[in-house]
Amino acid sequence: MPVPPELHYTKDHEWITDGPVATVGITAYAAEALGDVVFVQLPEAGAVVSAGEACGEIESTKSVSDLLAPVSGTVTEVNQAVAEDPALLNSDPFGAGWLIRINRAAPDGELLTPDEYDELTAG
Amino acid sequence: MSRRSPLHAQHVALGAQFTDFAGWSMPLRYGSELAEHKVVREAAGLFDLSHMGEIEISGPEAGRVLDYALVGAIGSLAIGRARYTMLCHTNGGVLDDLVVYRQAERKFLVVANASNAAVVRALLGERAHGLSAEVIDRSAETALIAVQGPVAAEIVTAVTGEDLTGLKYYAGRPAVIAGHPVYLARTGYTGEDGFEVYVAAELAEAVWRRIAEAGEPLGLRPAGLACRDTLRLEAGMALYGNELHVGLTPFDAGLGRVVRFDKLGDFVGRSALEARQHTTRALVGLAGKSRRSPRAGQLVKLADGTVVGEITSGAPSPTLGHPIAMAYLDHAHTAAGTEVVVDVRGNAEPAEVVALPFYKRSR
Repeated sequence: MPVPPELHYTKDHEWITDGPVATVGITAYAAEALGDVVFVQLPEAGAVVSAGEACGEIESTKSVSDLLAPVSGTVTEVNQAVAEDPALLNSDPFGAGWLIRINRAAPDGELLTPDEYDELTAG
Repeated sequence: MSRRSPLHAQHVALGAQFTDFAGWSMPLRYGSELAEHKVVREAAGLFDLSHMGEIEISGPEAGRVLDYALVGAIGSLAIGRARYTMLCHTNGGVLDDLVVYRQAERKFLVVANASNAAVVRALLGERAHGLSAEVIDRSAETALIAVQGPVAAEIVTAVTGEDLTGLKYYAGRPAVIAGHPVYLARTGYTGEDGFEVYVAAELAEAVWRRIAEAGEPLGLRPAGLACRDTLRLEAGMALYGNELHVGLTPFDAGLGRVVRFDKLGDFVGRSALEARQHTTRALVGLAGKSRRSPRAGQLVKLADGTVVGEITSGAPSPTLGHPIAMAYLDHAHTAAGTEVVVDVRGNAEPAEVVALPFYKRSR
């Protein structure tokens, strides 16, 4: 399944937009693997997050996974809609199911291109 | 390379997401496991359980073999009846929980968990030694299809043409579906009325399709292993690997009733089990009071931090709308209403001891 070409990805299945304030979510591949998401715990606006470190949790019927911050910075906005209706993560992971916005505070570390992410999740 | 169910092509056509389970590639879900869970509670779900192990014991002393090999009273089972029982180690530890059907005077079918099927097959063979009975592993040539839910009886009546009012829970009999012979049993592990259909692997597709077609207008939908786990948890049923393992006896698991010391003759594990009836912990239900669900392996504590037990299974209950879990707790803290906290990934989440099962069908 091709992923949106305008986004960047992590090997931990988060996606992130370009720009000083980056929108962050998890990929359709990750949402599919998790199954029905029933609860998300997100950082609060103002929280400082570090690339590669857990900043929230995503709970499905079967398991709990950490949400890892793809980049370092300050959380500017949290998607209240997804907190209230976690099923948005399954139905529209690249759109209405976005999770947080981060004001980038440092240069990006290693992010994957859409092609590299496709390759990672192929097969 | 994982083993594939004889129904694999059906699952692919239905868009299943697969999971590796005990060496088998089985359907985890076809879409949403919450929707599949709901359909089983409200209409019916169609499951492929072909990964389960089927072992046939036949011969003049087949009943004696099972009485010696298992902790239950099996030789006295009436033809057409089934029993939930266990295979134990000589030390009393549980090696598997099983359902045994008496299909004929001299023929029994032992149904084992997929992960334990090889051990069950080997030990039944070993424990049959010297007795006149044959132990044959039928797993590879047998498919198992389950229809579970409130409209299951209506669907199975339609496809078999049989009056099922005389087929009790934990009973089975031969039947015909789509012109093919099957063994039809009123058993399951979802807390609903339901049926399990044992059929030769090469006939499984025709039988699956017939049931699916007849059931669709009544709300039947295919259902995967993901919802099966939340269904059995709501029904308070033990799962091997979670609530049951070789480190525990049936008494530890609160299932001491399956151990039949009153049956004639010795059986493997008898003396160890007689000595291990005293338990320190009991299996209880916990109802979570926050949104976070306890998970297997997490510790159960009192408000002051004292550890009093451990979670064996936990999930958000789709039917009840709050987290539920099973846990082994020290006897002093097992009364219904006892307040505990569960260490969920470093957070103390409140929960209350409740009676099992969490969910019981109303009929």
